[in-house]
Amino acid sequence: MMQNNKNNFNITFYLLIVPVLIWLIFMIVIPHVEMFISSFQVENDEGDMVFSFGNYIEFFSQKIYWLTFVKTAAYSIGVTLLAFIIAFPIAFYLTKVTSKKNAGFLMLLLLIPLWVGELVTVYGWIVLLGDHGVINHFLITIGIINEPLNMLYTNFSMVVGLLYMSMLFMVIPVMSTLQSLDDSLIEAACDLGASKWDIFIKIIIPYSMPGITSGAIIVFMLVIGDYLAPNLLGGKNSLWFTEQIYNNFLQTFNWNEGAAFGFLLLMLSSGIIWVALKLSGQKLEKVGA
Amino acid sequence: MIRSLPSSPLYRAGYRIYVFLFFMFLLMPLIAISILAFNDSNFISLPWNGFTLDWFFSATDERQGIFADEELIASIVTSLSTGFFVAVISTLVGTLAALLFEEETFRLKGLLYFLALAPLVIPGVILGISILLTATSAGNHIEESFALDVELFRPSYWLVVLGQFSFAATYVMLLVSARLKKFDRTLEEAALSLKATRLEAIWYVTIPFLRPAIIGAFVVAFILSFSNINTTIFLIGSDPTLPIDLYSRIRFSSTPVLNAVSFLIVLTISGLAMINVFANRSNK
Repeated sequence: MMQNNKNNFNITFYLLIVPVLIWLIFMIVIPHVEMFISSFQVENDEGDMVFSFGNYIEFFSQKIYWLTFVKTAAYSIGVTLLAFIIAFPIAFYLTKVTSKKNAGFLMLLLLIPLWVGELVTVYGWIVLLGDHGVINHFLITIGIINEPLNMLYTNFSMVVGLLYMSMLFMVIPVMSTLQSLDDSLIEAACDLGASKWDIFIKIIIPYSMPGITSGAIIVFMLVIGDYLAPNLLGGKNSLWFTEQIYNNFLQTFNWNEGAAFGFLLLMLSSGIIWVALKLSGQKLEKVGA
Repeated sequence: MIRSLPSSPLYRAGYRIYVFLFFMFLLMPLIAISILAFNDSNFISLPWNGFTLDWFFSATDERQGIFADEELIASIVTSLSTGFFVAVISTLVGTLAALLFEEETFRLKGLLYFLALAPLVIPGVILGISILLTATSAGNHIEESFALDVELFRPSYWLVVLGQFSFAATYVMLLVSARLKKFDRTLEEAALSLKATRLEAIWYVTIPFLRPAIIGAFVVAFILSFSNINTTIFLIGSDPTLPIDLYSRIRFSSTPVLNAVSFLIVLTISGLAMINVFANRSNK
């Protein structure tokens, strides 16, 4: 009986683990190993693939490549910071200020742009921000300006697009930590004469740090890996590193250089995420939750 | 500051205005395209020239509405069927993964769990190119050794399905795990002590408990697939999905039919959201 039961458990275990292993090995591990290997290959004069650091040397010797890389990283950090500043008061409002019923309705509004998808919302911003777009048309009609403002195809429109698609991912994790913050802590601080600013800096922010870290990691990852907003909303000067990868794969067909760029992007994003996790003392498992 | 504490009217008003502006920022693009979908004009933006349904039904050369545009209809069908297959496979594997990581202990569990979460922090571009590189070199290898041309290993419909599955399964796993954490393990133990096999216990006790989460995860996987572009763009074969088709139209030939398609997407999504809210209400 005991033996039978044990076999039984084993069968279930294999039924569970085999599909999961197939998923992780064939769709996650092997592709990344393959990308890593291809990034060290270049085609020699005979048309054979040989080992070389050429793709990486190309990256460091061409200013446009590493400059775009640095710029993408700096902008992504900046957008993440902005997303935090904009989204935190909203998360606080939804959990602590407004009534539960209102919060439910507003949450729904918050989720709609996410489910609608990035392409539709980026297109919406093109319609709004264009030289003949809705905002310019409106401003000219009411007489504030005479000439259309140049908003679309600039760094400004790109940042708007990046913020729009990512800030929601700051709101949700922060809300879930704030929900467990006991109101009486804030009441006690207030009774003891703490100012709003003190309460905010010394109680609310430290308490919601796990949520802020999760949010920041997801926002950062989405922004640095984004393609649509820089490509469709950004101008000539707002080249994004993902665009270099797309160009390598879909235009110049230099896949090996593209693989090297992909690997560099992966190192950059996981490096910054690793630093963020270390600084805040969190684990990746918590980000998922 | 919070519900139970008094605060100055100025502070409260300021806060409300901020929240209002935030939601205006959030909804403005969606409202603008939804209204302009009915604009009787050949340009995607203002001025308003009157109401028309041309961008849905018209079939003239100058104005081709959604329902007259065969390419567009074909890409919508492709997206729907891709979404369905991605949702089926990811729901299956993601649910198995949730059961595996919540209920079993085994060697290297930590490493496997880390890999299963990795798609959350890997940019979609990188998943796309790495799967493309792997599929292509596998395809070349098979062609050289066996003189077989396998479609799956070239950019194609099924490669898109696999690529989207690779990250959608992670989201399914997280959603199902969240519900599994609330599961009373003694129910499963009771079934086992009543001589159910482990498999029967999971099938007749655990899975019914998980059903709402599994259905929710299926919908999420479908929507992830339906709106994905970062990974899909590298794996696409001869038949584009809706986002790929829209993307090339935005870049090369914007007409108000884009407004009309966007309006239909917004309408469908809002409808689904409403159904979701009412379903939750009637559950309580």
